[in-house]
Amino acid sequence: MPVPETHEFFVDPGRCIGCQSCIQACAQCDTHKGQSMIQLDFVDRARSTQTLPVICMHCESPTCAEVCPADAIKRTEDGIVQTARKPRCIACNNCVLACPFGVPKMSTRMNLMMKCDMCYDRTSVGLKPMCASVCPSQALAFGTREEMAKLRPNARAVNTFQFGAQTIRTKVNVMVPVDAPREVVDVTAAMYVATIGHDILDDVFGEAGEES
Amino acid sequence: MSNPSDGPQSDSAELPVPRLDVDVIREFGPFRAYATDVRVDSGVEPDRLVKTHCCFCGQQCGLQLKVKDNTVIGIEPWYDFPFNRGMLCPKGVTRFLQQAHPDRLLHAYEKDASSAAGFRKLDYDEAIRRVAEAIDRIQTEHGADAFAVLSGASLTTEKTYLMGKFAHMCLRTANIDYNGRLCMVSAGAGNKKAFGVDRAANPWSDILGAEVILVAGANVAECAPITTNYIWQAREHGAKVIVVDPRITPLARTCDLFLPVKPGRDTALFSGILQLMIENDWLDHQFIKDNTAGFEAVAEQVHEWTPKRTAEVTGVAEKSIRQAAEWWGKAKTSFLMHARGIEHHSHGVQNVLSTINIVLASGRIGRPNCGYATITGQANGQGGREHGQKCDQLPGGRDLGNEEHRAYVAKVWDMNPDDLPRPGVDAYEIMRKAHKGEIRGLLSICFNPVVSLPDNNFVREALAKLDFFVAIDFFMSETARYAHVVLPGSLQEEDDGTVTQVEGRIVRINQAVECPGDAKQDWRIIQDIAKALGREHGLTFESPREMFEELRVASRGGVCDYSGVTYERIEEHFGVFWPCRSPTPDAPPEPGPQGTLRLFEPGSWNPVAKGAGPFYFPDGKARFQPTPYVGPAEDVDEEYPIILTTGRVVSQFLSGNQTRRIGPLVDHYPEPRVEIHPRLAARLDIKEGDWTTVESRRGTCTLRASVVTTIRPDTVFIPYHWGGRKSANQLTIAAQDPISKIPEYKVCAVQVVRADGPPNYAMVLEPQQ
Repeated sequence: MPVPETHEFFVDPGRCIGCQSCIQACAQCDTHKGQSMIQLDFVDRARSTQTLPVICMHCESPTCAEVCPADAIKRTEDGIVQTARKPRCIACNNCVLACPFGVPKMSTRMNLMMKCDMCYDRTSVGLKPMCASVCPSQALAFGTREEMAKLRPNARAVNTFQFGAQTIRTKVNVMVPVDAPREVVDVTAAMYVATIGHDILDDVFGEAGEES
Repeated sequence: MSNPSDGPQSDSAELPVPRLDVDVIREFGPFRAYATDVRVDSGVEPDRLVKTHCCFCGQQCGLQLKVKDNTVIGIEPWYDFPFNRGMLCPKGVTRFLQQAHPDRLLHAYEKDASSAAGFRKLDYDEAIRRVAEAIDRIQTEHGADAFAVLSGASLTTEKTYLMGKFAHMCLRTANIDYNGRLCMVSAGAGNKKAFGVDRAANPWSDILGAEVILVAGANVAECAPITTNYIWQAREHGAKVIVVDPRITPLARTCDLFLPVKPGRDTALFSGILQLMIENDWLDHQFIKDNTAGFEAVAEQVHEWTPKRTAEVTGVAEKSIRQAAEWWGKAKTSFLMHARGIEHHSHGVQNVLSTINIVLASGRIGRPNCGYATITGQANGQGGREHGQKCDQLPGGRDLGNEEHRAYVAKVWDMNPDDLPRPGVDAYEIMRKAHKGEIRGLLSICFNPVVSLPDNNFVREALAKLDFFVAIDFFMSETARYAHVVLPGSLQEEDDGTVTQVEGRIVRINQAVECPGDAKQDWRIIQDIAKALGREHGLTFESPREMFEELRVASRGGVCDYSGVTYERIEEHFGVFWPCRSPTPDAPPEPGPQGTLRLFEPGSWNPVAKGAGPFYFPDGKARFQPTPYVGPAEDVDEEYPIILTTGRVVSQFLSGNQTRRIGPLVDHYPEPRVEIHPRLAARLDIKEGDWTTVESRRGTCTLRASVVTTIRPDTVFIPYHWGGRKSANQLTIAAQDPISKIPEYKVCAVQVVRADGPPNYAMVLEPQQ
């Protein structure tokens, strides 16, 4: 049974509290038990408690599959990009290097590329993925677009991303403020200029905060 | 238990330094468990799913345990449970790893100086005999009160009821108290003084419709993570979120107004806000007139708290104080919640009352979307403080000092009321009495005071002086290491019962697996001791359900009335909110099938006011209480110029006895770090990751620094979940609130210096040890 078209995944980094519930729950997914497919870290802990979860975005035209020399990565009809097929994967790491979101992981123990398959065993029978089920702040959420619009009227779901000259459309949405301008991420620029670490937060304590 | 590396690590020779306990750790852990074998085998289907609740905090999220044979192999969300609808924090997701854990105590143990680990196995029945003999000997030689009991609020309500009955009826000792003394008591005392009852006034669903949400001293995202979604869902529809905290917590990061209060100055802040409400007439005069008493005295007392003075004392900008008062004052609906941040003070009750005053002045309570609550900490933080394991308490929220209450409970217990002891002393005072030799014996369960009490070098000394100490635990906690006999107790998933969560909702804990080895359900152990003492009268329950049935009778007519609650009713309605009384001639019919969701509704009935008004006083009116500002017990000075505040991280729970054994949680935040603002760090020449010594008048602690702009520059923060030399509570002060007896964990004075190098423990202990 395919994952129902009506149900979509929404990532809202503004809500992430860095608790790692998603990571722990991901490690209980039946296809990769004991191992999480989610990455989550502080953006710049010295200046903020902001954290960011990264899950597979399930691209319409997945770069990981396009660069796979063994044709091991398949996208099912319902738009889910699956973990590499074990008999085909040659553990070459192409996908790990090519994915613009940095998602696939190489399991050296199993000689296999592994990634999120959106809890196919759950979503294909009408359940939510583990991470979106447990996420206590619902930074990771799974539901219909209509539900989401009602619950979060101030956010807009975005699923088109520009990396240099490459336009990527994904099955997974990122929630941005309703009036946020479209951002173009230039990956090559990030190689020379730090893209994070500045002006994340005003220093609310000020010098005066030290005096009683 | 000597070890070559056990030497002192500090230059201050006069400060005590805990031993490293390397040998006992080698035998009993804490070691980290990860999912292996059947827990990672993709082909394995669970035999059954058990609907129950999390074993950790007071949110009591519903979840399902996946059980295969006698092992919990994972969790499955329980989407239908309305409080959390499947959501869980990382502790809930990984809790299954505490079961079938290699550190699990499978036998009784007795102290044995000749063995490397300090303990040898003991036959269970023999252990029970020794405990009974020791209790009998100590009570015969030194009096009934010379044997004390320490209990905990992570136990089911049935067990907490049993612990109170065991102490008061079987041991007849005045000295029983519980670890909620470090947790809920300031909120409880404040609520009783203002409302006459101690329970969250509202269900959490009222957060969703609030226009303004004020969060005071609560690191919601880390300590009550599920509440985050309630707050943010309210904000999606326009609510403004105000956070009062000395640190920019994950919730504060995106709040609408952040009030970075200087630790220990909360009463001043809320007095300042009330003064602005009065000045601008942002008051509900009708509500104040009809439903409260004492407003004038409070108004007069806060008069001196001008915005300027408030700003000077609290370290919060005057502009922010004015903004907070305006938002709060003008709101039509609101929810105020607080937690240990304002409660862990030597004036914690005053802090709580100062927040209640701005709620009462606004008139926004007892109605939909108009709420007030403290966020309970422990699993049964609410139920565990209601039914008789507090030093002055009897079941149903009754008072041990009240003759009518004594008579009622004595009748239920089939004993002479004169044989009930008088109120005893609080948990820390029990330690002081042990230190002085007045208390000679101690039984502790569900409590790890060596990690969780302040100034814990003193606590260790006190425990070492006891003639006899028996600890009931499922792991060899830092405290159990001091016991003469350790009895193997039960995990939450090994027993049935109920707990009462943050909203006052009573929920069912369902047994998923059997106790391993000689381990027994805690209530059986207690009853075995009573039997061995020959004092088993009233302690011959066959099941938790039987205890609950007696508790229903014992609580009937009390403020915490459970008489209308049954296991079936709880299961049918996803929990029942107390008060929920069975029909009586003088009380109106019971509330709806879910009990009383919201307290203080206009026209509501309670057993104290008997219809006179919604609050639990004879006239039915809430009390404004004056809250004169008192600073912290130990302020900074030249020698100790920096404020230390303590708290928690999301991946650990309380003293860490469980969570420091769960591998993925340890890996998330392996060891305590000192959070320090870069400006202070620069002055002290401390850089990110540097070993840093924090020293107070009571102890010293060397940890790595975490240099972050998210904390006040006059304050450092250390999470308290670790024991031994990593324990923040070596530094904290044992000053207590005069009313609630809660210790002042949130403020003491320290000096901070960069250490020359790593401390001794870094070479010999794993992060969680």
